[in-house]
Amino acid sequence: MSYRLRLFAIRHSRFFESLYNAVNPAIVGTLKGINKVFGTKLDRPITAMEAGLKGVLFDCQMCGNCALSKTGMSCPMNCPKTIRNGPCGGVRANGMCEVKPDMKCVWVQAWDGASRMKGGEAIKDIEFAVDNRDQGKSTWLRIARGEIAEKISDRH
Amino acid sequence: MIDIDTMRNPDKVGTNPGDPLPRLEGHVSHGRFEQVLRAGHFAVTTEIAPPDSADPTEVLRRASLFDGYVDAINATDGSGAHCHMSSLAVCAILTRAGYSPILQVSCRDRNRISIQGDTLGAAALGVCNVLCLSGDDVGAGDHPEAKPVFDLDSVSLAQTIRTMRDDGQFLSGRKLDLAPRMLIGSSINPFVPPIANRADQLAKKIASGAEFIQSQYCFDMPVLKEFMAKARDLGLTEKAYIIIGVGVLPSAKTAKWMRSNVPGVHIPDEIIRRQEQAEKPKLEGRKICAEIMQQIKEIDGVAGVHVMAYRQEKWVGDVVKRSGVLGDRKPWAPEHSFADLQAVT
Ligand code: SF4
Repeated sequence: MSYRLRLFAIRHSRFFESLYNAVNPAIVGTLKGINKVFGTKLDRPITAMEAGLKGVLFDCQMCGNCALSKTGMSCPMNCPKTIRNGPCGGVRANGMCEVKPDMKCVWVQAWDGASRMKGGEAIKDIEFAVDNRDQGKSTWLRIARGEIAEKISDRH
Repeated sequence: MIDIDTMRNPDKVGTNPGDPLPRLEGHVSHGRFEQVLRAGHFAVTTEIAPPDSADPTEVLRRASLFDGYVDAINATDGSGAHCHMSSLAVCAILTRAGYSPILQVSCRDRNRISIQGDTLGAAALGVCNVLCLSGDDVGAGDHPEAKPVFDLDSVSLAQTIRTMRDDGQFLSGRKLDLAPRMLIGSSINPFVPPIANRADQLAKKIASGAEFIQSQYCFDMPVLKEFMAKARDLGLTEKAYIIIGVGVLPSAKTAKWMRSNVPGVHIPDEIIRRQEQAEKPKLEGRKICAEIMQQIKEIDGVAGVHVMAYRQEKWVGDVVKRSGVLGDRKPWAPEHSFADLQAVT
């Protein structure tokens, strides 16, 4: 189910990009407020909410460094090699993954999704090695707390 | 004999075959491979199969098959996720004999701590070239139960080594006393999806630090020509030395097997048919390879060919000679061949 939704989100990457861009500031703004009042007390439910929502839509793996908006709305952490600048050289002729023949290559999907996005060019920027300590953290909360920039292009 | 003076100063030219060469102006390494590329020669590289053995002489014997035909030798790093002697060790043995090995680093087996340590070690052992790879899946190999690492990917790996070389520091920012001087390479597969984006991906690899590129097997000229045209349009052929992979197919049966079992290998039907119908299929495989090499050399912006001849290594010299891509040039070879070296038992 989630896999099918994931493919749907990539096919409609343009729409999801707009949605994301519209909703993200609101979420981050709200979280900034919540953060001021409650501190870290609500971290668990907020993280669970992000994991649930993004999990259903994008098969989000909660790497804590969300790159969806620059990877055609295709979560790179679903790549069995967790490649953040893909794809690898093993993609099958039919576009399926080398490791999981029943899954479309996450990065073939990413380039395809990016081609339909307004900010799709961002896929051409290099993505740095992920900080493994952030695994399981909420990207939204991290942005709200100023730990990472809201725009991916401003990170690092 | 170890020449301590040379060891202390990597810029000093030694007298042993394994001593570093003078670093020429504008060069990032002391290596002969970089000199060949920057001189504008059409380079030939190949792959050595690392032995399933602790015997160093086996490495030298295998390398001797390529004497006089190749400019650099890639030492594979657990290719196909199979265990063999490590790339670093093979490279260290080869540098001692004067060869120009290319260290292959796959992200599958090591994290950034280990990789950075090995990069320093390789440079200290005289290795001047490194090829950054993501690596095959562990499921493809003889230890499918192993834990895959994939802490970095090929792009962040190239970036890591460039940080060490050009900024003289680890990823953590901690300073190095002596930076590793290595020519950085990366791979590309223009023959599998997303074909339309492979040139863009090449641009990313070059932006991350790759100075030379070695591609997957090319059996499909039209696809390659299109890819190279895009690479030229993006100005990439000015920024990196692009070396195209070619393969020696022993038989149509092997070709078919490779096509369906080795990830990323694309072989058009007509190549397989041609070999199937040939009277001498083995010879035909070498002829096909040599012809493809000639055609590749004609393409604007290609800097060389990378001959991959797994279990066909003894034919590398034959296809290189047949193709004539070297012209009158004879790549460096050791003064005395290691072909008859006694094995260690
Ligand atoms: S084929 Fe695609 S999804 Fe599969 S390992 Fe390679 S890059 Fe990742």
